[in-house]
Order: sequence, then C-alpha cells, then structure tokens
Amino acid sequence: MKRYEEIPHTADIALRVYGKDLKILFENAAFGMFDIIADLDGLKRSISIDIKLKAPSKEELLVSWLDELLYNFYTKGIIFFEFEIASINEDEIIAKANGRLIGDNRNRLKREIKAATFHDLAIKEDSQGFSVEIVFDV
Amino acid sequence: MTQNWNGPLEKIDDYRFCIPKRYKSGMRVDGVIYADARLMENIRHDKAAEQVANVATLPGIVKYSLAMPDIHWGYGFPIGGVAATDIEAGGVISPGGVGFDINCGVRLMKTNLTEKDVRPWVAELASALHNTIPAGVGSEGKIRVNETEEKKIFTTGAAWAVKNGYGTKEDLEHTEEHGAMKGADPSKVSERAYQRGKRQSGTLGSGNHFVEVEIVDEIYDEDKAHVFGIEKGQITVMLHSGSRGFGYQICDDYAKGMGSALTKYSISVPDRQLACAPLKSPEGEAYFGAMKCAANYAWNNRQCLMHLVREVFEKFFRMGPRDLGMNLIYDVAHNIAKIEKYNIDGKEKLLCVHRKGATRAFGPGNPELPEEYKTVGQPVIIPGDMGRASFLLAGTAKAEETFFSTCHGAGRLLSRTAAISACRGRSISGELAKKGIAVMATSRNTLAEEAPDAYKNVNEVVHVVHEAGISRRVARMRPLAVIKG
Repeated sequence: MKRYEEIPHTADIALRVYGKDLKILFENAAFGMFDIIADLDGLKRSISIDIKLKAPSKEELLVSWLDELLYNFYTKGIIFFEFEIASINEDEIIAKANGRLIGDNRNRLKREIKAATFHDLAIKEDSQGFSVEIVFDV
Repeated sequence: MTQNWNGPLEKIDDYRFCIPKRYKSGMRVDGVIYADARLMENIRHDKAAEQVANVATLPGIVKYSLAMPDIHWGYGFPIGGVAATDIEAGGVISPGGVGFDINCGVRLMKTNLTEKDVRPWVAELASALHNTIPAGVGSEGKIRVNETEEKKIFTTGAAWAVKNGYGTKEDLEHTEEHGAMKGADPSKVSERAYQRGKRQSGTLGSGNHFVEVEIVDEIYDEDKAHVFGIEKGQITVMLHSGSRGFGYQICDDYAKGMGSALTKYSISVPDRQLACAPLKSPEGEAYFGAMKCAANYAWNNRQCLMHLVREVFEKFFRMGPRDLGMNLIYDVAHNIAKIEKYNIDGKEKLLCVHRKGATRAFGPGNPELPEEYKTVGQPVIIPGDMGRASFLLAGTAKAEETFFSTCHGAGRLLSRTAAISACRGRSISGELAKKGIAVMATSRNTLAEEAPDAYKNVNEVVHVVHEAGISRRVARMRPLAVIKG
C-alpha cells in the first residue's frame, strides 16, 4: 500500500496519506511531512522525543501531532523520520519520534513548512483502511 | 483536490465578477472577484472561487466577500481575499483570514544609484547579500535579545529596531501603522510562539520571501513618482518577509483554539480553517491581541533586514548612507486584520477588515499617510516573479469599494510540484542570467518552485486593479539581483 502521495495545490503543498489503521496513517503523515521538509534518504537516527497529545477529534489530533513535530523541528533542530506510535485512539496519541539533529545536515533541507492546516481536513475510512488529504502552508 | 470550479460567475463589468449568494447555503453576501476574462479562466482551475463563497458565510460580513485578481487557492480564505465584518453586529475575526505568516509584507527602498553603478556587479552584489542576510529553512538571525527585550518588540514593533540603531525615525513614518499596531498583548502569546520566534529577528525565511535589487524601467505617473522619490533608471531594493516562526505559531495556537469557539458561539463554517469568534469576545480579543504582537514582530523583522541590506550596500559600494540615499519609500502588510472605519449604507461603522494576500491601499487625504504622500495616496508595493517585474502603485479614493484593498503580487499559477516538473532539466539561474538577473537561493527546491512560469503575469494582474481604479500604476521595476530563502 502506498504510504502517501503529493497532490497538486496551487499555493501550498498537499499530501494524500494512506494507512491500514490510524496508527499507520499518523506515522505516514508525519514521514510525508518531513519528506517535504528535507531529504531523508540514508539519515541515521540519533535522538528521540516522547509525545503525548489529546484533542477533541481525530482530525484535530492529526493536526496537533504534525504541529507538535514541527514545533520540535524548529525549536530543537531535529529532523524526524521514524515514528513509533504506542497507542492511538480518536482523541489521544502516545508516541516516540526518532530523528537526527540538523547539525551538518543543513544541506538536506528543502522547504519550510509553516504549519499543517485544517483546510477541508477529513479522515476517511473504507475497506482498504484510512486516508486523508492534508494541506501544509509553505 | 484539483477539480475545476464550475460555480456561477456573473459578469458585473470588464473587471468584476459576482458569485451570487444564492450559490451556496449559508452565504450572507455575494462574492466579488476582481479579474478580467482571461485571468478568470485560470481562477476557475482550482477551488479559490469556492473559498470566496465560503468566506461569504462568516457572521457579520459586510457588503461582499472580495477577491483580488491575484487570487489563488489557499486554506480557509483564498489568497487574495478581503472580508470586512461589522464589529457591533457580532462580526468575527478569523485567524484563517490572516494566515500563518501574520503581517507578511513588502517594503521598497530607493537609492541614489543608477544601472551603470550596479549592472557590472550584479552577481557579486547578489553574493554579498546572500552571505549577509540569514535565509532558508529555520534560519536564525544575528540579533539575539533576552526575553524582556523580545517582549518589547511585540509591543513596539519596528521602533525597537530604530531605537537599537537599525534604522531612522523616517523609516517608521514610511511604514504602515508606523511599524506597530497599538493594543498588542504579549500576555496572549504562548510560550511556544515565543520559543519559535526568539532567534529569528532579522531573518528572511524561505519560499517566496526575497530581497531584490531592481531598476525602475517605466514611469506611468511622473507626478506621483516624483512624490515617492523615484525616476526611470534608478536602483531600488524590495524586501519580502513576515513574522517567521513567531507568527506561524500564533496562528497555529489560535486556529486550534477557535474550534471550540465555533461551538460556544453557534457559528457554522464550511471549512474548519475558517474557525472564528466574534471580535468582541474573549477569544476574538485574545487572538487580536496576539496577532498584533506578531504584526509588530514582522515590522521589526523587515526593519532589521533593511538595516542588513543597507550595511551590505555601504560596504559593497564604499559609500556612506547619505550618498547612497537608501530611504524607505514604504512598507505594507499583506496578511493582516485591522479595525477601520467605513460608511456603510449611510452609517459610520467600525469594521474588522481581513486582508489575506491583499494590500491596504488608502487614497489621497487619508490621515494615516505620511504628510508628503497625502496628496497622492498610499504607495502600494506589488512584487511580481523574479524574472519579470514588480510595481509601485498608489491608492485611490475609489478603493473604498474594496475596503481600501488591492492585489498583493502576481499570484501563483502552477503548484510547486508542477513548477518543479516544468523546470526539470532546466537551469533557472542560467535562464535568468541570460536576462541579466543574478539569482541566489538557500533552500534546495526554491529556484524551481519560484520560477517565473509558476506565476501569473504580474502585468495582467496590475492591469486589472489599475483599470478597475482600486489603485493606479506609478512605476515598474525590473529585477537585477534576487536573493531567495
């Protein structure tokens, strides 16, 4: 199953993300977002952070999850690319995000993402699993 | 996400099209898009027009939901969207109507240099600017201040930079709001926003933010150009940046928080990104107080960036500030919400005017304008793409019909992915070099994503606002050296 694909959006960047369950969907969304930001090929993990978030709905939780990772990217300088979600339901996520400090990987940075948006955000479920389209402000 | 928009667009005149409020349930007013028939074809290619209709559902919206000719698909509001709400009638403020980059804006400086001073050195000048101005993803600045000082930036804006030696008081007189909105409330700013912004004063950012050295190549209105202090052949410098991570985080915090305000105030919006609260509510006031902090941060940021540009020029040309004459013509915000007074159906009302990718354009006589510009109207700065041109316009009395707003740029035509595909195998910097333009970018994908073909032709966009009379052409500038983030 495809993890995610970039779909055209005139001003910003949009991803369609897939996952057989919510856990995989959230992991793929996070990886897809960092794939927009940096060249992740061959990066070795050296640092991890723990994340625990609550939100009123799974869509709000997804935006909170992505924005939490972005916040840590900008303030701690960590490029994240491996995600271990210990538990997730409609309103809470407990996870570990692994990555590497930007340090001398600055030349891997491709684009600045300002935030994940709520624009037309709806997590859909069908027989294949979950999918969602997310617009990022860049 | 990419389907064409086939909703109704009724022609009002050659430069205005109406989306009637019957189009969609919940629309309180019509949508009006400023464009000509040709631009309208492109506008139909994405969902920007649907976003104009969505904005028309906001509580308290007055007259119409507007879009400028550089309109394109954004999130929540379209880019190029303008909406005014009646504060006394429950009118709302929406973080999505301002955007993540609060007070993203442009400033234009003149110089005493002419083409012959700069033409032989454009590549070297581009390098000097690129080496000095912090740019790119998450770039950090050289200006480091403690928390107490940082909080002064939130309330005093560009005056902070001037007080610390990064500019003159004339700069402030030539900045929208004199570089600071009153009523900024640092207590409404989260610790996270503070953390994201604290090392970013005096940084450009990435994407479409830039510093551009330009030559004035066409004057359309000699009298106004004279008042603004520019003439054909003169070198100008344009700078485009905003509130960096500080503003992004404030929008993020409040866009999330406004979700519960929708329930609390029984507001229904067609897109969650349009979440809002009455301006006269604790939630609305808190966002507005925080938004002003970000707006002030952005004016200070552009002031610090301009100082760096001046330093580079002084060193590069071995000239003092007086001989270089790098005076600020004006600085405008194009992502912001403001309280402004308008006469609506014979009654004076205080409106909350959202400009999301739109520029304020006050006409002659407005008390907010610097004394020397009062006879000609506000300078309006419209950056184009890095291969074509940018414009200096002047505000008009007629722009009252758009809540004194006009376009803010060329507007994107191609998505970033499409731009990268279109540029595969091409050297954008090589193509621009053939046109005499030196370009340098920090982040890897920027040049292809920002290629001239990714944008609408700014000449066509400016033609519409000029002919519609909501601002008038004064001068056109062509790029010589461009620094991208």
